[in-house]
Amino acid sequence: MQTESLPTLPKGELAEVPPGPPLLSSLRTQLRVIGALLLREVITRFGRRNLGVLWLIFEPALFTLGVAVMWTAAGLNHGANVPIVAFAITGYSSVLLWRNAVSHCTYALKDNFNLLYHRNVQAIDVFAARILLEVTGATGSFLILSTLFTAIGWIAPPVDPLKVVGGWLMLAWFGGSLALLVGAACSFSELIKRLWTPIAYLLFPLSGAAYMVYWLPPAKRYLALILPMVHGVEMLRDGYFGTQVPAYYNVGYMAMINLSLTFFGLLLLRLAARHVEVE
Amino acid sequence: MIELRNVCKEYQTRHGRRLVLDDVSLRLERGRNVGILGRNGAGKSTMIRLLSGAEKPTSGRIVRGMRVSWPLAFAGAFQGQLTGLDNLKFVARIYGVDWRPLVPFVEEFTELGEYFREPVSHYSMGMTTRLAFALSMAIEFDCFLIDEAMVVGDRRFHERCHIELFKKRRDRAFILVSHDANVIQRYCKSACVLHRGRLLHFPSVQAAYDFYESTPP
Repeated sequence: MQTESLPTLPKGELAEVPPGPPLLSSLRTQLRVIGALLLREVITRFGRRNLGVLWLIFEPALFTLGVAVMWTAAGLNHGANVPIVAFAITGYSSVLLWRNAVSHCTYALKDNFNLLYHRNVQAIDVFAARILLEVTGATGSFLILSTLFTAIGWIAPPVDPLKVVGGWLMLAWFGGSLALLVGAACSFSELIKRLWTPIAYLLFPLSGAAYMVYWLPPAKRYLALILPMVHGVEMLRDGYFGTQVPAYYNVGYMAMINLSLTFFGLLLLRLAARHVEVE
Repeated sequence: MIELRNVCKEYQTRHGRRLVLDDVSLRLERGRNVGILGRNGAGKSTMIRLLSGAEKPTSGRIVRGMRVSWPLAFAGAFQGQLTGLDNLKFVARIYGVDWRPLVPFVEEFTELGEYFREPVSHYSMGMTTRLAFALSMAIEFDCFLIDEAMVVGDRRFHERCHIELFKKRRDRAFILVSHDANVIQRYCKSACVLHRGRLLHFPSVQAAYDFYESTPP
């Protein structure tokens, strides 16, 4: 019988339980799973042809570049002392940072439901992978563009790089936590998915990407500062331009909002994971 | 062991909430097996989804004291743009196993040839099922979840599955769900019947068989 010549599996293929306390080993498993999901997502979205994974960075970079060119051409510098190219790059990169994370999480559970059949894969891993990927892409694009433009002398290097990093991390945290909340909410209602696109569109002009708070009349500034991402962009630009332009932000306020978003996002995701079912 | 303790599962439908599993309890020790018989819509697939952890019970608990597989030959988790090899790598990474030593086995079992390095979206139904089954075998589990309806293929495929699963891995536990009483009778040492949301236990496979064959849905 031909079936007797079947190949056998090599010995020692057993997934060994790593030594150490259970918490550590589950953390290790989770990191491994997120890593595997990241790789899978990259191949799925960008393929292997052309530039492959580099599109993760080039796509946002092209967007940012386009916007920078348009804004420069349109002379969008009301506040005459803001360097327009740096203004465009810091602004549009921050929008991509939080907006892409959320947009790619609206279908996260639906797209990956079948992966939950694997015991090790949890809903949170699927979100973590997508958020990490978007944050990496936006960060890579921002780094490449700012380095490139600094090298050719179109923009000055940041006055306070640490503050730039701080603002960037705050925006990434904001994007990640909002992605958790919106993504989890989407698995309860199709409506949220539909609403997110116009909301993201409307938030763009309000988000601080295309203006600075000090351009506004002093009595109206508090209105802009209700939006948490405005604080992040202002901080980023404060780091970039230093005393050249006045910046208005409150890290504590933004952290509070981010923390609340994270808390409710995780909570809702927990509920969503219980509620999720095959369609 | 794996244990279901008073598990209920409800689904929201257009006509209100529908209770699919009603206070279901089951315990399976390492190395043992059980067949679960049920007609179409009796909740067999729901049972598999709960056991594998894809869905959570509405109430009750599921305790896993052994490594439980994903549903055998389940191809739904394949990503069409990934090749067979990519999917093997992915699954191996998920379970923390080195994929390299697994390649010869998977290549030979699936008989995919060059297709092993082609996107899964180019596969025929049979090729996909063979790949899915081979991946299920490539990772070591203590307990296999088998939905008989998922393991479709020709006679040769079935023979090979039979050897891999019931001969080479006869020391493992498995839970087999099917609507076919003969399948359960052939492979299982104990049997239950899913009937109107309840899981009925029987002292022997024969008793379960008789009940199932004589009870109208």
